Amino acid sequence: MAVNFIQAFMGGALIGLGAIVLMLLNGRVAGISGIINGAFSQFSKQNFWRWSFLAGLVAAPFLTSPFGYNLPTSLPINGITLVVAGLIVGIGTQLGSGCTSGHGICGIGRLSKRSIVATMVFMLSAFVTVAITQHML
Amino acid sequence: MKLVLSALLCGLLIGLGLVTSGMADPAKVLGFLDLLGQWDPTLAFVMGGGLCVYLPLYHLIVKPRQAPVLALSFQLPSKTKTEKRLIMGAATFGIGWGMSGICPGPAMTNLSGGQTGIFLFVIAMLVGMILTNKVSDLVTNK
Repeated sequence: MAVNFIQAFMGGALIGLGAIVLMLLNGRVAGISGIINGAFSQFSKQNFWRWSFLAGLVAAPFLTSPFGYNLPTSLPINGITLVVAGLIVGIGTQLGSGCTSGHGICGIGRLSKRSIVATMVFMLSAFVTVAITQHML
Repeated sequence: MKLVLSALLCGLLIGLGLVTSGMADPAKVLGFLDLLGQWDPTLAFVMGGGLCVYLPLYHLIVKPRQAPVLALSFQLPSKTKTEKRLIMGAATFGIGWGMSGICPGPAMTNLSGGQTGIFLFVIAMLVGMILTNKVSDLVTNK
């Protein structure tokens, strides 16, 4: 159990490192929902960094699998739920200007009041959703 | 070109963090969000680890700088008020995250696993983003 905590902490530190380097070098918030939205909203030269950032995210598992860190091979959720959840995540992250990375790491890391509030709200909302879907339905 | 390479590096680092920490496993995320069940607090340490790096380095190294190393200026969010839209959006995002255990970063990283369900999720997420932007453009241009 303690090993898992250390792995989670170290993995989190890598996420924080990638995010702070993007701010230090490129001056950009590593908000993944925002980067996805920006990448798909227009195809221009100014957007290349977004595509290459996303390519890095997608390619990462190829570097970890030789070390025994693999992606899950099955998902605990059915296809219809995935489509509905994806749609809701898309809408929510655009209305709320961010997701776990943008608000939870970068925003809180800058001590932004908006991000602190947003993170508390989406955590609470996710806890309630899981309580309903796993224990009441 | 430098901006593109540094973004690739950052995407890789974050992806490595998502896979090694357990955040890229929706079953594990659902276990973390399941307070009423067999709650698995491990993933709280992911956010802890991320903030332990980002928060001090932002305030000690980034904030004192006039500009980033490779670009002309820092692009920070300009909004400071916590409006209704932010709260509604965050609450909505939480519902989708709780239903699936997937948020946008892990969704992208899982694409290389090639599972159909992840492609469905990402396509639906893009549709949700585009629709939201279209509707919000209509509302603000009225």
